[in-house]
Amino acid sequence: MSAPYEPVIVGFLCNWCSYRAADLAGTARLHYAPNMRPIRVMCSGRVEPDLVLKAFREGADGVLIAGCHPGECHYIEGNLKALRRYVLLRRMLRQWGIEPERLQLVWASASEGTVLAEAVNRMTEQLRALGPLRWKQTVLGGNGHPSIATSVAAAVEEATAMTEEA
Amino acid sequence: MAGNGKPKFAMYWAASCGGCEIAVLNIGDKILAVDEAFDIAFWPCAADFKVKDVESYPDNYIDLCLFNGAIRTSENEEMAHLLRRKSKVLVAFGSCAHEGCIPALANLTTSEAIFQAAYINSISTDNPKRVLPQPVSKVAEGELHIPVFYDRVRALDQVVPVDYVIPGCPPEPPQIWAVLEAVVSGAPLPAPGSTIIGAGKVAVCDECPLEKHEKTITRFYRPHEIVPEPGICLLEQGILCMGPATRSGCGARCPRANMRCEGCYGPLDDVEDQGARMLSALASVVGVGNLRDEEAKLEHMIEEVMETLADPAGTLYRFSMAHSLLQRARVEMGSSSQGGTQ
Repeated sequence: MSAPYEPVIVGFLCNWCSYRAADLAGTARLHYAPNMRPIRVMCSGRVEPDLVLKAFREGADGVLIAGCHPGECHYIEGNLKALRRYVLLRRMLRQWGIEPERLQLVWASASEGTVLAEAVNRMTEQLRALGPLRWKQTVLGGNGHPSIATSVAAAVEEATAMTEEA
Repeated sequence: MAGNGKPKFAMYWAASCGGCEIAVLNIGDKILAVDEAFDIAFWPCAADFKVKDVESYPDNYIDLCLFNGAIRTSENEEMAHLLRRKSKVLVAFGSCAHEGCIPALANLTTSEAIFQAAYINSISTDNPKRVLPQPVSKVAEGELHIPVFYDRVRALDQVVPVDYVIPGCPPEPPQIWAVLEAVVSGAPLPAPGSTIIGAGKVAVCDECPLEKHEKTITRFYRPHEIVPEPGICLLEQGILCMGPATRSGCGARCPRANMRCEGCYGPLDDVEDQGARMLSALASVVGVGNLRDEEAKLEHMIEEVMETLADPAGTLYRFSMAHSLLQRARVEMGSSSQGGTQ
């Protein structure tokens, strides 16, 4: 591995609050981790689970969804939908072997540049500790081919030999 | 066998249960019409043919090949390549060939754990020497080879190009007959390229006669935990019916029998990930929490509802795991002692 691991966070920021929070963090010249790739969406409720899964498959180490505080959604309750999806998706991702910390939801209003910056800092550190995800290479690598299966067979053979000796 | 001018028909099963073959027989006495119209070139389940026979055919010899079953082993893959070469029209028949189906649920674990469960830990297993299948084993007479068990179950079109897909677990007999009849009559088929045939274009809900109202779920029930009220939408009653995210074509058979749709006809057109779509729909019907609740409390309330949903991945991706966006779970190699202890 040549380049050191830098976590990649795909950030879905809602147009009305969180994207403006990011703008504010910029104009206020806050220093925070440059690991998030922001994508502006009209509402956190627009972030379908497909988008999150696709981000993970295409190489993201983490996904951050940011929206308005509950009660402040421009579309009344889009962020509530986002919260419900997020809770279930996070639970399901565990079954796929994706740690819950890799998907985060944060409420950041247009005046909370620091909240967003802190969330990105915190998440970057957590992802640094977790290590890279690299879905295509590590999980889908080998195209389902026997490389892993044979190494398993070899390991099993070894274990069998050991039990036989015992 | 050959030379009577009839189109050649083949059917093969890879990693599947055999239900697809039964479904073909379930077209009833029309099976005689199939026999009359086609010359069977390969159908191990119904007639005595060997792989050697298929190998001896010229390329594109088979006019219609229905391939059911997922790709689990190297043998499945070899047969997929062989039949692709020998067939003019290759059809992924049934959910396993279409998108992995039940065999692909194994993608949530590892081949090592599967071997442990099947050959070591199951209560009925008596295997004191802990013998596990080996792709190659040496015996006095030489080397014995058995197919390699892959680490990931794949759908047919992830291995070879597929012309058409007939979805379903199993495909409904009237749909099968409709397709066979069209082929026999020489009616033009849609353009090939994993094209779905023998199914609808709308969601199962469109065909479902159950009465639908505003949906607000405050907990989920597994089928054995509730006797559904007849005539009312199952999802409304907290039963995870996959109808909203599933392609029609079955006539909503399961909901009509008060059983939830499990999603076997797969996703609708232009949907890549059936489970994600259903998850999205579920989030819209969970009716907990309102905007005046405290933020932390809100999350907790929603968590409590979602906790009642057992095995989300296995439920939402029961049929579409191999074709989902993530395709298989990430399991740290070497740490997979899920299959039990040594």
